[in-house]
Amino acid sequence: MPRVKIPRKSTAIDMTAMCDVAFLLLTFFILTATARQPEALPVDTPGSIITMPLPDVDVATLTVGQGKVFFGVAGQNVRVRTLEILGEEYGISFTPEEKTRFKLMNNFGVPLGNLKQLIAMDNSQRIKAGVQPGIPTDTTANSELYKWIHAARVATKEINNTSLRFSIKGDAKEEYPVIQKVIGILQKQEINKFSLITSLRGVEK
Amino acid sequence: MAELDTSGGGSKKGGKVRSKKQSTRVDLTAMVDLAFLLITFFMLTTTLAKPKAMDLAMPDKDEKNEQKMEVADNRTINLLLGKDNKIEWFMGQPTEPLTPPKIEAYGKNGIRKILVEKNKEVIAQTGDPKKGLIILIKPSEKSNYKNLVDVLDEMKIINAQIYAIGDISPMEVELLKRDGLF
Repeated sequence: MPRVKIPRKSTAIDMTAMCDVAFLLLTFFILTATARQPEALPVDTPGSIITMPLPDVDVATLTVGQGKVFFGVAGQNVRVRTLEILGEEYGISFTPEEKTRFKLMNNFGVPLGNLKQLIAMDNSQRIKAGVQPGIPTDTTANSELYKWIHAARVATKEINNTSLRFSIKGDAKEEYPVIQKVIGILQKQEINKFSLITSLRGVEK
Repeated sequence: MAELDTSGGGSKKGGKVRSKKQSTRVDLTAMVDLAFLLITFFMLTTTLAKPKAMDLAMPDKDEKNEQKMEVADNRTINLLLGKDNKIEWFMGQPTEPLTPPKIEAYGKNGIRKILVEKNKEVIAQTGDPKKGLIILIKPSEKSNYKNLVDVLDEMKIINAQIYAIGDISPMEVELLKRDGLF
């Protein structure tokens, strides 16, 4: 008599669909995580217990690190208008192509004289160390940083009809005098309220 | 996905002997495990890296009509931020400190303890919970940005009502120099 085999059901589950979903999510997260532009001036922000996130609109960021100051403003239209205002003031005209390229620059740190050069550069070249020496700062009302801040405020008022907020993103190791200078420039324009960008840390109990 | 049904194929009828076919199915468990591990990693890193904004209001710096707020000496504590992550503190005015200047470290066992203690003392003195300690933060040139943020963070932690960042005076710099913190 031939042996009768009882057919056994397999306990293996079909993982194909699960695998598909997992990789789809993975792709999504990888892409969103790396979508942030590489910073020209990498800073390590100090930690605090503050949990309020930084707003995305109407905010200008002053990045301070290695004794240099970089400037960036959110919103592409505001950015271009800022450039136009400053160009008028210093008698520099920018071509439409340069404006489009400037639109995509999140932050920068060059004296105004070198800005055209920087705009012409590739993104990968811009973030090389030593390419951008920082925006010239001194405590007089004629420093370029002062002008940039002022122009950005005017541009925001014109386009969005809101007031621009300022945030300082400083490196934890940065010496205080540099920060003091930046705060001084803000206070010269009667900006007494601004934010310090920090990263989250737990409170030690 | 290409997959062959090999579960007991052909044995229903019996009798016939078939050569066993090799399954083409791949075990995806490990792959799914890895994928989820990476997802977890990316999810956590992206949400944690969001920058936080610490709001800071500086005292008005009007150069034309300089008006100084009168503060009671016995409610005022001065924090001088020196080098090497150290704080020197005293109560009252730098010309006539009410307590001898002391050196303290940052963190919960350092300056936070002092501030909480002093705040209680001041409230007991004034008898009004709204009239607490007035904290003057004076960063010196040798302190770094992290020190400033740490002190401001302490203000948030102890829920200080009145605090301000001020400029350090030459006299206070001398004090820091004397104690080797400048």
